[in-house]
Amino acid sequence: MAENKTENSLSQRLLSAAGQVGLPTLIIAAFWLLTLLGGFAVGISMQALVSDTIKRAGMNGILVLAMVPAIQSGTGPNFALPIGIVCGLFAMVCAIEAGAVGFGWLALSFLICVPLAAAAGYGYGKLMNAVKGSEMTIATYTGFSVVALMCLAWLTLPFKNPKMGWFIGKGLRETIQLDAVGAAQILNKILEFRIGDVIIPTGLLLTFAFFCILTQIFFRSKTGIAISAGGINPKFARAAGIDIDRNRILANIISTILGAAGIIVYSQSFGYAQLYTAPLMMAFPAVAAVLIGGATASRAKVSHVVIGVILFQGLLTTALPVANVVFAGTDLSEIMRMIIQNGIILYALTQVKGDAK
Amino acid sequence: MMNNMLAPEAAKTSGHPAAQWLLNNIVTLIFIAFTLFGFFISDNVTLPFFLSELSSRVFRNSFLVLSLIIPVLAGLGLNFGIVIGAMSGQIAVSIVRYFDGGGVSGLLYAFAIAFFVAALCGYLTGLLYNKTRGQEMIASLIVGYFANGIYQFLFLFVVGVIIAVPATHPMIKPDGIGVRMTVDLVPLKAGGLKYALDDMCTMPFVYALLLMAVCIFIFTAARWIINNRRGESYKNSRGQAAANLLLGGAIAAVSLHAIITDSQLMMVRRVPVVTGLMITALCIFTSLITKTKLGQDFRSTGFSQNVSRVSGIDVDRTRIIATVISTVLASWGQIIYLQNMGTLNTYNAHTQIGMFSVASLLVGGASTSKANVKNAIFGTILFNSMFIMSPEIGQSLFGQALLGEYFRTFMVYGVIGLALGLYVWKAAKDAERASMTE
Amino acid sequence: MEEPLLCFRNISKSYYGNKVLTNINFDVKKGEIHALIGENGAGKSTLMNILFGMPVIHSTGGFDGEILIDGQKADIRSPHAAMQAGIGMVHQEFMLIPQYTIAENIKLNRETTSPNIISKFLGKRLETVDTAKMNADARRALDTLDMDIEAYTTVAGLPVGHLEFIEIAREIDKSDIKILVFDEPTAVLTESEAQHLLAAIKRLAGMGIGIIFISHRLDEIVSVADRVTILRDGELVATKDIEQTNAAEIASMMIGRKVSIERNSETKRNISGETELLVEGLHVAMPGERVRGVSFEVKKGEIVGIGGLAGQGKLGIANGIMGTYPSKGHVVFHGKELKLNDPLAAVSSGLAFVSEDRKGAGLLLSESIELNIAFTAMQTRGMFMTKVLGMGFRNDSAIRKHALGMIKELDIRCESPQQRAGSLSGGNQQKVCVARALTLEPTFLFVSEPTRGIDIGAKKLILDLLLKLNEELGMTIVMTSSELAELRSICDRIIIICEGNIGGVLPPDASDAEFGLMMSGSREKRAERSCA
Repeated sequence: MAENKTENSLSQRLLSAAGQVGLPTLIIAAFWLLTLLGGFAVGISMQALVSDTIKRAGMNGILVLAMVPAIQSGTGPNFALPIGIVCGLFAMVCAIEAGAVGFGWLALSFLICVPLAAAAGYGYGKLMNAVKGSEMTIATYTGFSVVALMCLAWLTLPFKNPKMGWFIGKGLRETIQLDAVGAAQILNKILEFRIGDVIIPTGLLLTFAFFCILTQIFFRSKTGIAISAGGINPKFARAAGIDIDRNRILANIISTILGAAGIIVYSQSFGYAQLYTAPLMMAFPAVAAVLIGGATASRAKVSHVVIGVILFQGLLTTALPVANVVFAGTDLSEIMRMIIQNGIILYALTQVKGDAK
Repeated sequence: MMNNMLAPEAAKTSGHPAAQWLLNNIVTLIFIAFTLFGFFISDNVTLPFFLSELSSRVFRNSFLVLSLIIPVLAGLGLNFGIVIGAMSGQIAVSIVRYFDGGGVSGLLYAFAIAFFVAALCGYLTGLLYNKTRGQEMIASLIVGYFANGIYQFLFLFVVGVIIAVPATHPMIKPDGIGVRMTVDLVPLKAGGLKYALDDMCTMPFVYALLLMAVCIFIFTAARWIINNRRGESYKNSRGQAAANLLLGGAIAAVSLHAIITDSQLMMVRRVPVVTGLMITALCIFTSLITKTKLGQDFRSTGFSQNVSRVSGIDVDRTRIIATVISTVLASWGQIIYLQNMGTLNTYNAHTQIGMFSVASLLVGGASTSKANVKNAIFGTILFNSMFIMSPEIGQSLFGQALLGEYFRTFMVYGVIGLALGLYVWKAAKDAERASMTE
Repeated sequence: MEEPLLCFRNISKSYYGNKVLTNINFDVKKGEIHALIGENGAGKSTLMNILFGMPVIHSTGGFDGEILIDGQKADIRSPHAAMQAGIGMVHQEFMLIPQYTIAENIKLNRETTSPNIISKFLGKRLETVDTAKMNADARRALDTLDMDIEAYTTVAGLPVGHLEFIEIAREIDKSDIKILVFDEPTAVLTESEAQHLLAAIKRLAGMGIGIIFISHRLDEIVSVADRVTILRDGELVATKDIEQTNAAEIASMMIGRKVSIERNSETKRNISGETELLVEGLHVAMPGERVRGVSFEVKKGEIVGIGGLAGQGKLGIANGIMGTYPSKGHVVFHGKELKLNDPLAAVSSGLAFVSEDRKGAGLLLSESIELNIAFTAMQTRGMFMTKVLGMGFRNDSAIRKHALGMIKELDIRCESPQQRAGSLSGGNQQKVCVARALTLEPTFLFVSEPTRGIDIGAKKLILDLLLKLNEELGMTIVMTSSELAELRSICDRIIIICEGNIGGVLPPDASDAEFGLMMSGSREKRAERSCA
């Protein structure tokens, strides 16, 4: 009798756990599993897939993490992530210009990007406070505008280092090879090891983990708790004497800094810093990833980031070779990315409580 | 509730009137200043070249911009989702092209097919907007990206893998799967769609100007008289009428001067009459629909969904109808656009349409909740002037046309961001003021 | 005898087993102004919802009894059907579109249209709106009301009095209007606008329209109505000819004595002469509960009640002082001027607030009980924090310990301190709110609507708790409540708020009539005399 009861509650608990995971997460997970099975069936190397998934999850992770503070503070997903990204790119370019190489370059990049992103995030936070209720649309266009403005900057700023310029003409190159400053995969290679053919980029994963833990800890601090409360229930927070506007700005500063740091980690793993219009659409996969992980437009946790980035990047990594084998010639995986990425964002938007006039 | 709704109107009149006016028209002013500046500093843009470029761009794009007006009236904001309409138009053009249709009949087929595809897509988008109430604009942007994925799936995969097509067809990639990146639409003379509408009938630019001036005169006079006859003389505004007459007079003077002196304006490219008529028809349609019961429902719904619902208007259905109309119009607009381009840029032609059209409308002085035909036409002219001038300015100021192109992109995004941001900011300010005063 | 225009026959209604209307019987004659009065929750709005066939009635199982119009049984299942039957309503919240002209508002969704070429093919919805005809119709309706304003004037910017008339004009423009319901029509009007309106209502009645006049202003009812029906707790107390009654009698019937008030003439109370809180000229911009300049003081150790009808501003007072809504005026607490519009200053000064908006400002529904209890103290006092490198982090064990203590102390029924606050019952949620306030160790507590939405048993527990806090800790309490009985059971004196001002202060054992008159802001001294 007693046993029966515990079993009952166990199954209930399992059910409620499944309920908590959320439908989108489950669907994407199932889909990934399906592609993996498909890949296995057509004989694609599982180990290569796992290696790629780990690497891509690690390099995208911090960009996705940047969504957490913005969502928690109530501004919604940071569709203006490109602001943080161009700050990071600018920092990397400056560090190259300064002649730094290797870890020095990496450290200098981080060092430069933080004040830059903090300043940009401050301005962006101010803007978000001025346009409460329409944050998402305006954030998107702010991000776009900043990227376009930076295109002008890349073309006109007087950088001299030949590692970055065009061979002829003025301005910076579209993609800057980080090999040239000895910084390609510099984090990935720290303590890198293999299990069979699976490559574990320890340094990359540790960096991601470090930022995750930092964020997690922050949200246990007084300010972090206040930010979350302001996001869930502004009335409640205001009654408790919390300055919500200030907290929203702070959250967006953190988000922008994470975006800047995120692109540095991303670029070193990728091996190239991509300038000009490359950052334009980068916010959307990051938003999609955190939503896939189980976040909503108003609530997000670090665990959502980890789950989401693994699932989303895992699915994309797997789908590419599988689709290539099964349907030779068409880039189905890119199409799939567009549908899944934007579909999940639309789904999240339908869950936002409307404020109809 | 009423108190809060009324006060913004009252509040708007407060504050320094000049500053208010500046704030309300900032976007338009920036563009005018920019275009004029371009004229001053660039030497290699001649007036005939500029006007030729401008008129062909205006005839190409106006229809698309006009398709944005109805959703604004219905309170849906700026419908970035017209890219879905554009895709529907491309589907129609592709089908006609595939079966080697062309000429007037091909064009009519294209319009008919586009109508059905776009109506279906518009209905689905409308459902989505009803589910994302309050966030329609971002939803419309994202749903455009989403639909682009499905579009690519159709064109790259379904065509060839699911629907068998001959690999030898000029539209199809050599491996028999998917549609080519660019598809030639075949000139009208060879029985194709290229210039099928534009080349039906053309007339010299200055004569078109003269015609336009005459239309403005007739329109102004007709409206004045009709209002008087209906006993609604209060609708007549002397200032407005005078401004219209002045504008008409100026245009007439310029064109007459050009005709008499045979000035360089005579060298401007001839303009497509039928396309012009279609645009005019859409202008008239858009103004007339606001005078019908349906149009009144659009406006009621746009002003207050709550009051409309209480009054028994089916708000959701009305919003869906607005979306369907907008999507269908956009699909036709895209057909007009494509026949003018002459080639179907299968995977790129539609992607920027939403952004450019919205920017045009905003430049014309529209906002998230207010838009009319004048905004659309004026905005299209101004926006495309900027588009033509940007590379020139980049070239003459910095010796780099590329710079001008990046600047142009910045202007597009910036204008949308600025216009939307200012609108929300002002609304929030007014609401705050209203809650403090009783 | 003339047949009544509208009859309510044995109307009963319950929501989920909760009886909100029992056996209501009354009728409205042609050309009669029939006043309907009752406290909040007496059943007026439910009755009107039934009359209008609102979906909320039919989605909850309909109602018992029947409605007769002109002696015929009327089956009103939707607002549209109500309109067809000739029933109209002037809403308390104006249903107008400010950007439209008066005529467009009057004709909203009833626009006059004329066919055109396109509409012949595509249906009626594409018919042309006939503005000229609409203006003419609107003109006629406005003339009936003696309004000399152009029908094509845009509504935005018009004075509130005009808006009310536009609403009325809309109703009388509907063809065949028989019954018109006015819901608190004078609530937002100035004195002269109200007089103008009452005159118009009389004129409408003179045209043979039956009028149901819902108002809390007794003097208005006495001066304008022919008969009055008093509802209390879902039951009909009486229907009286206005000549045969007076304001005092109506007031006392409205309040009634629901429960006998149990007051222990306790011994432990300790009210000092010291003024703890002084409020002067407080204005609060709380939507729907505006406060327009109230002044009062509270002595240390007192329990002061703030009562009044809904929408009169009683809830605004605590919210204004605590900084949750914009306010102006002077508040002196413990001899020091309190900074207004600054919740942090209010909380830090030793004031605590249990909000009426339990699920909004009161709780983080998705968070744990323990976080809810500790939150404000954490943020404003730095309690339950461990400092690491100069930054405060939450100290889970301290929070847990405190929460367990509170759960035991206040008898919060829950599975564990980590349970989500949203999953608790109303009474326990309220206790969590009180626990959070107590965690601040306040000397002064504002409690608003502490028993709203809580079952009877739990109500008593909450009230006992407040009394205990006052007796044992000497805490000064200001309790705002819509339930007069509950104020009378524990308060030392009760401030009645009416139309944003203080209507007066009464001892808890004052008569029902006195409370009723004061709450309805009756300015008729005659009534009070006749009462005495």
